[in-house]
Amino acid sequence: MMKKIFARAYLAFVLFLLYAPIMFIAVFSFTKAKSLGNWTGFTTDLYKSLFSGASAESQNILSALGTTLLIALVASVIATFLGTLAAIGIYYMRGKKKAALQFLNNIPMLNPDIITGVSLFLLFVFLHISQGLVTVILAHVTFCTPYVVLNVMPKLTQMNPNIYEAALDLGATPRQALSKVLVPQLLPGMFSGFVLSFVMSLDDFAVTFFTRGSGGLETLSTFIYADARKGGLTPELKPLMTIIFLVILIVLIIMNIRSSNKNKHL
Amino acid sequence: MNRDDIIINIEHVSKSFGDKKVLDDINLYVKKGEFITFLGPSGCGKTTLLRLIAGFLDADSGTITMEGKDIDGIPPYMRPLNTVFQRYALFPHLDVYDNIAFGLKLNNVPEDEIEARVMKVLKLVSMNDYEDRDVNSLSGGQQQRIAIARAIVNRPKVLLLDEPLAALDLKMRKDMQIELKEMHKKLGITFIYVTHDQEEALTLSDTIVVLNEGRIQQIGTPTDIYNEPQNEFVADFIGESNILNGTMIADKKVSFIGHEFECVDEGFGENVPVDVVVRPEDIYIMNQLKGAQFSGEVKSCIFKGVHYEMTVETDNGFELMIQDYNAFEVGSTVGMFVKPVDIQVMKKACTANVFKGVMTSLNTVEILGCEYECPETPGISKDDEVNVEVDFDKVDLLDNKDDAPQFGNVSFILYKGDRYHLTIVTPEGYHVLADTHDVWDKNDIVGIKILPQDMKITKA
Repeated sequence: MMKKIFARAYLAFVLFLLYAPIMFIAVFSFTKAKSLGNWTGFTTDLYKSLFSGASAESQNILSALGTTLLIALVASVIATFLGTLAAIGIYYMRGKKKAALQFLNNIPMLNPDIITGVSLFLLFVFLHISQGLVTVILAHVTFCTPYVVLNVMPKLTQMNPNIYEAALDLGATPRQALSKVLVPQLLPGMFSGFVLSFVMSLDDFAVTFFTRGSGGLETLSTFIYADARKGGLTPELKPLMTIIFLVILIVLIIMNIRSSNKNKHL
Repeated sequence: MNRDDIIINIEHVSKSFGDKKVLDDINLYVKKGEFITFLGPSGCGKTTLLRLIAGFLDADSGTITMEGKDIDGIPPYMRPLNTVFQRYALFPHLDVYDNIAFGLKLNNVPEDEIEARVMKVLKLVSMNDYEDRDVNSLSGGQQQRIAIARAIVNRPKVLLLDEPLAALDLKMRKDMQIELKEMHKKLGITFIYVTHDQEEALTLSDTIVVLNEGRIQQIGTPTDIYNEPQNEFVADFIGESNILNGTMIADKKVSFIGHEFECVDEGFGENVPVDVVVRPEDIYIMNQLKGAQFSGEVKSCIFKGVHYEMTVETDNGFELMIQDYNAFEVGSTVGMFVKPVDIQVMKKACTANVFKGVMTSLNTVEILGCEYECPETPGISKDDEVNVEVDFDKVDLLDNKDDAPQFGNVSFILYKGDRYHLTIVTPEGYHVLADTHDVWDKNDIVGIKILPQDMKITKA
């Protein structure tokens, strides 16, 4: 009995540690105090001001958010495309070549972001590519693609190996076999790869920081970094972070429900 | 043979994967409308051959022609044939209807014709009313029917079937065999069937191609293959058999198990060593010695459903397997005889091992990729290329592979009534044949020892 209480208390404690910071921000997004931690009564003013874009700060936030979403969307679409093709290519390889490529695919994921960022920065400088939105997207594609490969690969191994050949046999060209048979099979893996890429891209600071150039391109992370250095966070960031957290939470819940439904079917 | 009757012709086709030769100089033709089966143990190259025909693989050398045209380089989606895969390979994201309609849609067949054809094949495979079902909800047998329907709806000239029944249980398999045979009759197209199941091959086929280790062992009708196997492998692989060493004394006269028998074979020459095959059901067994050609003692008797299977030790110490409707008591003395037509005589592929080698000194020779001691032979000196002859029973097999210069893997075992005839393959791919009384299992690793006095060395 004691053991059980202790176990539960421990679990509650760990969960509290994990979620306290975000709860803290969520709670204080409903008050207007400038400095964090001061409760000056319940209000939704911060939400209103964030979405109305009334202040210059909230306009900057919204524009940074827009840039962030744009980069995340474009980068993850490209990464999903490249990663899926790469996974198919690797899957149909044999022996040492296959093992080597799978190993090479894993390295960028373990490589610290800061090294990826600096090396991409040096590469772009070396190639005389002026840095801005395009270089940030390219950079995000490079670190997202391995995750797509990693997500699509298991779907390929689960697949009946003769399916592609069956499509060719029935008269499909390799391209038709890919689009009509392989891709539908790989869709769940591509989707989770896409979501993961999207979140990784949203989350990224180090790589973006080194590849955005000096044209004043701001994503949320670079904006918050600059904002914090100027002294104190813009209050409207609190409701924005709360909303982002909620959106991700909802997406995760939906994905979980979907996958557990699927398991029931089988 | 009219050339127009040949739909597929395979000439000198070879294929290797890495160092391993999977198909070695395959020559065969397929007649229009026949049911032909590639039969052999796993790894014999039968599936590779099918995949070459389907176009999923390219041959290293040789040509495959279809209706007289070379199909080398024609991709699978342009070949007028369809395949039924071993594990069905249905498209899980499509329902039954869309699976079957897949090929027709790609060929832009009008929608109403697609529907009519899909419904027709569904009926043919006894799956009407299943068109809206999810393929994942079907049983193995049902999935296989859909896979067949998906292939034949395209009206291919040739239907390729890659062990289509291997994943089904025995009862289902038997039912499907009958249905396949009927389907073949109804459709009138050529079936090329791959299986390792000899019974299935005998039941279904018009022609059987027996393959082993990438080579064709025999091509013939089921009755030919069963009654007149051309070599030990075919005799052993198809059905049960007694394979025995014998000597062709003269035309129509053969001796084995220490007795002389009349047979129907001729043209082997006189006093030529041969292999003799007698099927277990072709040995007549009785309780009396009167009228018997030889006698023996029953060692075991097992009931097998339709018949009894007995092991009999003959008067000269050979073990024979005999099948009869009557049981004979274990320990009793029985008389036996074999009719001349039931004795199948086969030429021996070889009567002794002959290894190519090089003398490394006056009394050592390199054979099988290793150095062996050998007798000094007059007229043969160092660096001479030689042939080393070793009798089957002079090859010593050792438990410990390190006790002999070379070792190998037991790849084929044949019981010859009084001894085992083993084929041993060394890591470099040399074949060594050995007769032994010891019991070895397939894939055992054995040391290969040959005493110097057992080698006969001649200049190559």
